[in-house]
Amino acid sequence: MAKLTMEALTRSIGVFHAACSPCNNCDIEILDVLTPRYDVERFGITLVGSIRHADAMLVTGIPNMKTAEKIKYIYEQMPKPGVVIAVGTCACGGNMFRHSYNFVKPLDEIIPVNMYIPACPPNPEAIIMGVVKLIKALRG
Amino acid sequence: MIDFLFFPGLLFSSVCGMLASFIDRKLTARIQWRKGPPLLQPLYDLVKLFGKETIIPAQASKALFLLLPLISVSAVALFAILNGVIVKSSVAPFSGDLFVAIYLMIVPAVCLILAAGISGNPLAIVGASREMKLVLSYELPFILALLVAVIKSHGEIVITGIMSYQAYTAPFLFSLSGALAFLAAIICLVAKLGLVPFDAAEAEQEIIAGVLVEYSGFSLAMFKLSKMMMLFVYPMFLIKLFWHNACGSVIGDVMVFALKYFVVLLIIVLIRNTNPRLRIDQSVKFFWTYVFGISLLAVIFAFIGL
Ligand code: SF4
Repeated sequence: MAKLTMEALTRSIGVFHAACSPCNNCDIEILDVLTPRYDVERFGITLVGSIRHADAMLVTGIPNMKTAEKIKYIYEQMPKPGVVIAVGTCACGGNMFRHSYNFVKPLDEIIPVNMYIPACPPNPEAIIMGVVKLIKALRG
Repeated sequence: MIDFLFFPGLLFSSVCGMLASFIDRKLTARIQWRKGPPLLQPLYDLVKLFGKETIIPAQASKALFLLLPLISVSAVALFAILNGVIVKSSVAPFSGDLFVAIYLMIVPAVCLILAAGISGNPLAIVGASREMKLVLSYELPFILALLVAVIKSHGEIVITGIMSYQAYTAPFLFSLSGALAFLAAIICLVAKLGLVPFDAAEAEQEIIAGVLVEYSGFSLAMFKLSKMMMLFVYPMFLIKLFWHNACGSVIGDVMVFALKYFVVLLIIVLIRNTNPRLRIDQSVKFFWTYVFGISLLAVIFAFIGL
């Protein structure tokens, strides 16, 4: 059953876009991925509005004093099994904000991260490549 | 029981519904110049949801929260039995009448409204209130449109009766009143299916997922499944009421039906892809003036005998 679920899950991913105080550039790139030009629906990927429908969280930005708790809370509300993808150098490790007074700790010390997509911001092809690599890894 | 579980109930209509949902998504993708999802995409979506955790919000009443999606699916399956007589023509054990059909068609919407209400989420409640207004606005024109079929078949309210009347004379669609009623009914159908110009209740960009915002896992899968089944069963019902003609052999009947169904589905997909979402007050106005007007005209023409 778990195997079947994983098989189906990797073919039908509901992505929830969790902006955790980014500079907004990564978010624009994520929106680009969802446009007809890149057409991620061919991999079964769709954008969902509610975290309850999500299978993957795309987290952008640095966890700061305000958003660090919230991102943890949101992660706990996601029905499991689900994965977390850190998009952008900010989410992967703090980028140039890592010495900021407002930076709490890297994202992967707050919630488990399954995939890192660095770059500032990563371009749509890089995001798709990251997701496809994650899918391959999940299928085993 | 076999009717309910396999043919033409749950299993048959969900398989056809998945196919219809695939066609809908693929056509949408092609219209937007994309490649679109693979054939089994609706199945993957459902299987995935079956395997996921179902979260019940703390404020919700547990039993009702889990029961409502099941009621919704079984209402659609019952409705499928009611008019699942493509092959079995008029020998169905219970050939229901239009009143049962109208009631069964409202059940999924009522389930959605209740589900949103008890889930305790403010966004869901906004969605529920919109859905309720939508039901109030499309139900009257829809019933008037169905009335045309009754008038034209001289007071027949049993579905199989209406079908056999058409088989003896001509499909109602080819008369003025029938065509108008069919048009009004298709517009109401788009609203019943919660598709784009009238999807204010689920408006993803403003109220997240509206009525379904708290649902996850198995229960969400059940609501999705009932949506897919509705996409197959409701147009089928309209085709039976307005566009039925029998050509004798079973295979011929099925082929002709598939063709008609595809035409109706194509119209629905085109409506949904070429229109922006209406605000809820705009949809109510639209239904109470234009669509109501069209179906009233159709009823008057049907009385005159056009
Ligand atoms: S990684 Fe770069 S583009 Fe992305 S949020 Fe951080 S600073 Fe902005």
